[in-house]
Amino acid sequence: MSGTLADLKVGEQAEIMGFTDELLSLKLLEMGCLPGTVIELTHQAPFGDPIAIKVSGYTLSMRKEEAATIQVKTK
Amino acid sequence: MSKLPKIALIGNPNAGKSSLFNSLTGLNQKTGNFPGVTMDKLTGIWELEPNRKVEVLDLPGIYSIYPKSIDEELVINILGNPAHADYPDMAIVVADASNLKRNLLLFSQVRDLGIPTVLALNMVDVAENQGYVINSIKLARELNIEVAEINAKKGIGVNGLRLAVEKTLKNRYASNDALPLPVGDDLLADITAQYGEADPYRSLLWLMEHDRMKMFSEEQRIGFDRLQEKHRFDAKSYKTSETVKRYEALSEIVERCVINLNRQWDAPPVKTMTDRLDSFFLHPVGGYLIFLGILFLMFQAVFTWAAYPMDAIDGGVAQLNDYLKEILPASALTGLLTDGLIAGIGGVLIFVPQIAFLFFFISMLEETGYMSRVMFIMDKLMRRFGLNGKSVVPLMSGVACAVPAIMSTRSIGSWKDRLITIMVTPLMSCSARLPIYTVLIALVVPEKSTLFGMFNLQGLALFGLYLLGFFMAILSAWVMKQLLQVKEKSYFIMELPTYKGPRFKHMALSIYNSVKAFVFEAGKIIVAISIVLWVLASYGPGDSLATVEQSVRQANPTLSASELANKVAAEKLEQSYAGHFGHFIEPVIKPLGYDWKIGIALITSFAAREVFVGTMSTIYSLGGEVDDENATIKNRMRAEINPVTGKPLYDAALGFSLLIFYAFAMQCMSTLATTYRETKSWKYPAIQFLYMTTLAYLSAFIVYQVLA
Ligand SMILES: Nc1nc2c(ncn2[C@@H]2O[C@H](COP(=O)(O)OP(=O)(O)OP(=O)(O)O)[C@@H](O)[C@H]2O)c(=O)[nH]1
Ligand SMILES: [Mg+2]
Repeated sequence: MSGTLADLKVGEQAEIMGFTDELLSLKLLEMGCLPGTVIELTHQAPFGDPIAIKVSGYTLSMRKEEAATIQVKTK
Repeated sequence: MSKLPKIALIGNPNAGKSSLFNSLTGLNQKTGNFPGVTMDKLTGIWELEPNRKVEVLDLPGIYSIYPKSIDEELVINILGNPAHADYPDMAIVVADASNLKRNLLLFSQVRDLGIPTVLALNMVDVAENQGYVINSIKLARELNIEVAEINAKKGIGVNGLRLAVEKTLKNRYASNDALPLPVGDDLLADITAQYGEADPYRSLLWLMEHDRMKMFSEEQRIGFDRLQEKHRFDAKSYKTSETVKRYEALSEIVERCVINLNRQWDAPPVKTMTDRLDSFFLHPVGGYLIFLGILFLMFQAVFTWAAYPMDAIDGGVAQLNDYLKEILPASALTGLLTDGLIAGIGGVLIFVPQIAFLFFFISMLEETGYMSRVMFIMDKLMRRFGLNGKSVVPLMSGVACAVPAIMSTRSIGSWKDRLITIMVTPLMSCSARLPIYTVLIALVVPEKSTLFGMFNLQGLALFGLYLLGFFMAILSAWVMKQLLQVKEKSYFIMELPTYKGPRFKHMALSIYNSVKAFVFEAGKIIVAISIVLWVLASYGPGDSLATVEQSVRQANPTLSASELANKVAAEKLEQSYAGHFGHFIEPVIKPLGYDWKIGIALITSFAAREVFVGTMSTIYSLGGEVDDENATIKNRMRAEINPVTGKPLYDAALGFSLLIFYAFAMQCMSTLATTYRETKSWKYPAIQFLYMTTLAYLSAFIVYQVLA
């Protein structure tokens, strides 16, 4: 199943496929969100935004609109 | 002075650069467990060996050499410009071992810039706790560089690092690898032709980041844009591909050098301490409640626990004064010493316990890693009001002092978010307001009363004032957001660090330093103003004061000697220079319920609000009612009578009006100067001063008129 990171529920894992926002993608890449990496949605702040994911062993937070620019594939 | 070799500490935010800086130099640079603590460069001396010193430069953290905010910009301006005064002879890249791949990305970029580099592997303990073992010897071989394992927090491994640094300083080995991604030779040749010879990777950095680099003139920038066009060079896609390519290479290296114990034993992923704590602190509902609870506890503590040492200091100073008055001849000089100087110093000292508690809590939040969690749960709310989750740090540290708080906004990437945060941060109640709150609350809120028999009402009132400052800050932010109407994209892609235990020694030291700064910085101003004020309050124009005694005696022939003395003193104050100033502004402040004596305090606290209490104690000690047994400032103010109603002057209406005024008014030159420095324009400090003072005046007016 493919979609964006914003669609995941807490506890779900997915694999990063690509990005839709060129500006954000550099920052995300630098932070270790590389295509092919498996991530897990670990927390949602009150009202579901921002979210926190586990990526290559650490916790990264981002806003929902930013998560929506990350295309993922769930298993 | 011969020039010492210069070593820059480079690394991701929160990798432990400042901690390492402290263990190398013995200095006490601020550290904290969240990304973005250090906002400015700081230099210290590291004695490699006896008589062999090097200069160490602590810098803000960066994730790559492509900056996204102005604290990161500062680092690139140094690393990209060999003519810069701070350009290092070599770099120590401090890497968080628990997050090795991401940290190595920056390392590889710094090395490719042609700077001799040593890798300091920090937080090895954290990595091991998570089940990762790093073979640093292998890593050194793979990267072809000196690697030293350290624990910056405990100062372990400095010796190994020293050897690595010595070696690198001697052979100045810098890799001159080819570019991470090839570009056309003619592009590099063009850059060299126009901008001079440079390392190829550095040339590319110039080409891509020239707008953020101060070394280039307008003309040179246009030249770079032309070159990009001519060669159809797309900086964005170059950076993206470069990053992916670097990660590919690094992945393989990390794969070979790091053993993942979890994987080997085929164990299910361990729930770390951080995971468990986060399920509480980041809970959608519980997270807010815990945060509110922590804040509440903090202000209860500041008010109730600190009361005991404060009473002791207060009583001690009053006793000392009485004693001095007894043994010294009654003269103007004795008056200056006791009522001017010692009362002024006492006015500072008494607040030391509260300031210490406040800083204890704040440094606890910063040290443990909880601060990032607050940013996380507050981001959505803050965004509605034109702020950003990262505004939480300035707003929280604004509770201590607005000056460092405004500086900490540098990590906020969006200019609009940053500007609004700067503008509203001084509305947070800083520690200089605490003394004013404490004295006034004690006057208008009954001491013994509690809510539900457990919460001290005075503590609650104090908490309320801090909340009020916060709500006014976000409300003002909202108004500014409407006025600015800038559509600038801001983002909130941020690391949440693992929780770490606070270092009590470090905390004690930082509390001590904050208290010392408060006592000496505030103390200097307070003592100076106390003296000036005492003079202004003791002398008047012409011989007006000399004739006061006679005229008072003639007007009140029936008074007893002591009553007469009080009346004379009061009359003298009114006729003095200070009294004239107070009367001068009385018409303006009358609607807020203030008389000319409070007017004097308002005038003196415009440069720095911490002088309020000192001013009050000088004025009231000079202005009669000198009842020596109760000579504390609280009691003196309580004894003031409103000449119109005959009731105590400091009733609820006046007390709350003053509290609100001081909560909102901009009375701090240092803050305005900092706003100027951070915004590079006089416009913003001017707006800040005007809007805050207007807000203070109007709110105090409303409060007084409603309550009176
Ligand atoms: N467990 C552990 N904690 C460490 C170590 N080194 C530093 N820390 C902690 O990590 C946190 C960050 O340290 P800092 O020195 O402030 O990091 P920094 O790199 O200067 O961070 P910025 O200034 O934000 O870029 C602090 O809470 C330190 O106590 C270490 O080796 N082990
Ligand atoms: Mg630092």
